[in-house]
Amino acid sequence: MSNTQTARPLLDVRGLRHRFGTVTALDDVTFDIADNEFFALLGPSGCGKTTLLRAIAGFEQPEHGEILLDGADLASMPPHRRPVNMMFQSYALFPHLSVEKNVAYGLEAERRSRSEIQTRVGEALEVVGLATMAKRKPAQLSGGQRQRVALARAIIKRPRLLLLDEPLSALDRKVRAEMQLELKRMQREVGMTFVVVTHDQEEAMSMADRIAVLNAGRVEQLDTPVGLYSTPRTRFVADFIGTSNLFDGTADAAGIEVPGLGHFPGEHAVPAGRPASAVLRPEDMILGDPGTGRWTCTVIDTVFLGGGSTVSLAVDGHATPVTSVLHAATGLRPGDRVGVGWKSDRCVIVPGEVSSAVPQREAAVPAGISG
Amino acid sequence: MAARVRRAMRDGMNRQRFSRALRAAPFLGPQSLFLALFVVIPIGLVTTYAFMTRGRFGGVSPEFSLENFTRLLEPVYLNVLFNSIGVAALTTALALVLGYPTAYLIARLPTRWRTVALLMVLLPFWTNFLIRTYAWILLFNNAGWLNQGLEALGWIDGPMNLLYSQPAVVVGLLYMYLPLMILPLYSSIERIDPELEEAATNLGSRPFRVFRTVILPMSVPGMLIGCVFVFVPSMGNFVIPELLGGGKMLLVGNLVRDAFLKARDWPFGASLALVLTIFLVVLLALQSRASKRITEGSPDA
Ligand SMILES: Nc1ncnc2c1ncn2[C@@H]1O[C@H](COP(=O)(O)OP(=O)(O)OP(=O)(O)O)[C@@H](O)[C@H]1O
Ligand SMILES: [Mg+2]
Repeated sequence: MSNTQTARPLLDVRGLRHRFGTVTALDDVTFDIADNEFFALLGPSGCGKTTLLRAIAGFEQPEHGEILLDGADLASMPPHRRPVNMMFQSYALFPHLSVEKNVAYGLEAERRSRSEIQTRVGEALEVVGLATMAKRKPAQLSGGQRQRVALARAIIKRPRLLLLDEPLSALDRKVRAEMQLELKRMQREVGMTFVVVTHDQEEAMSMADRIAVLNAGRVEQLDTPVGLYSTPRTRFVADFIGTSNLFDGTADAAGIEVPGLGHFPGEHAVPAGRPASAVLRPEDMILGDPGTGRWTCTVIDTVFLGGGSTVSLAVDGHATPVTSVLHAATGLRPGDRVGVGWKSDRCVIVPGEVSSAVPQREAAVPAGISG
Repeated sequence: MAARVRRAMRDGMNRQRFSRALRAAPFLGPQSLFLALFVVIPIGLVTTYAFMTRGRFGGVSPEFSLENFTRLLEPVYLNVLFNSIGVAALTTALALVLGYPTAYLIARLPTRWRTVALLMVLLPFWTNFLIRTYAWILLFNNAGWLNQGLEALGWIDGPMNLLYSQPAVVVGLLYMYLPLMILPLYSSIERIDPELEEAATNLGSRPFRVFRTVILPMSVPGMLIGCVFVFVPSMGNFVIPELLGGGKMLLVGNLVRDAFLKARDWPFGASLALVLTIFLVVLLALQSRASKRITEGSPDA
């Protein structure tokens, strides 16, 4: 999984486990992050992203596992000495301090000179576009402005490792794009390493070098954006990343058999007879005249998206509509009949979710080879 | 015809408005009644009495006069006033010094222990106030437990004069009003989001700097409320100076009480009470303005 790694990783997380009472927030989380990498954490709400960042920053003591920074175990390092800055999901701005005092806080803790603090605070506020609001208190800002103050406060110390918990979620499209460019610029020019939590897949896809998809405290898959999208390794990842058409069935030697829809050929590592799912991306579907392709379907709806359109199709024997993307405006109308097929080399087969416990996935590899 | 319709409509509207008011009345009633009964009427009475003359056999005679207030400026009374301010200020300062760490510790206890600790802070309030004060006398008088104990240990030769002194009064007031300092402090510290401390730590602050730059400034509103809550009743208290001060020390509270009950000079008592009340209102106003500035940010920004 670490083909992009060079020498020793900057951050090395091994076997991290953390529980809140009966809730397992982190379950055997292992990954490493290279120096100067832009690393994104994706996952549904409550999957443990914030807990992971807090463990790295030193605010949760994981009951198991270790976190190494530059090869040194962080466990013995108190939170205020860790060369890691974190932007909190709730911003955690100091309500009694002005915007500039909030941003200056980290530099003042370092006892920098007054003039240096002033210049750097000015620069940071310039970067996030809040130079005119320096004297305000957090209560006098909008949500998006507060978020940018939190961002400025986190980046100002230029730490080795920056942990950002949903840093851009409250910003409009335009400001968000500017901030994304700014973060990438900092990665390039200042050489910082980023771990960014985001709900926005596009953001993760476009910015991150690698993405870890978390689900219920576990790393489901750690891959490059392209890898995650084109070769999801679990049904959860296929479903969570982008749009996909999923067909659940039973694995056999040459693909999977989906009840009512027939055989989907494809290579896979799921043992024959076990539940499996076929993943087809909307752009891999082929629409043609009725009678061509695999099925003849009814168009439910079409949505024109400017560059192209999505078509929803009712497939007999399949409960959920199948989505297809066309790279042009379409003449199709709801109720039209079309022939539907797919690019057979694009069909990805993953273990099914039904009993998607881990042992099954681990057992999948050797059994798949023999089958 | 048209007129009748109009009148019917107006009546209907009036009836509607009336019935709405009627429906709201049970909800408005108790508060307004409470305010009138316990705030407006007493303060109104005190204010009118303060500008009248003393009746021949106690009570008031309705003749306007400012004499009560000029009397207040006589050195005897000014002395009592300054003395009271001094005692109350000292009590408040000590309460803050003792109360802050206590409140901080309670606020940082695990949730279920917090309630227990708060109950313990409040426990003395549920015992009769006189009994508690007499307990202090038992403890502190010349043949009291403390003196006996210290003598038995051989630390002192003769009994120390602990009772009937200004320190005894301050200790008594402190004991009495400390909970009023701890409670608002506790509630303001408890409300500080722990994530703020984490953010400060994450930005490189050692624990003491976190306290100095985040906790302390953010609990200033609680401190101010606590100070007002301790200062004001300390100034008005008359039982503790009497019992623990041995009647040697007059505070404003004693003056008010004496004016009403001993000298039967109601107007003078009322003017003293009025001054105390105004003092209190000014303090509360200052406190709320200061708190607002801290929490809302400066208005000019
Ligand atoms: N202090 C806590 N006490 C108890 N349970 C907690 C605590 N903090 C988090 N949890 C639980 O741990 C799990 C992971 O929480 P976490 O905050 O890491 O989720 P997240 O991935 O950041 O979610 P989101 O995207 O909504 O921010 C959740 O089930 C949550 O309810
Ligand atoms: Mg979170």
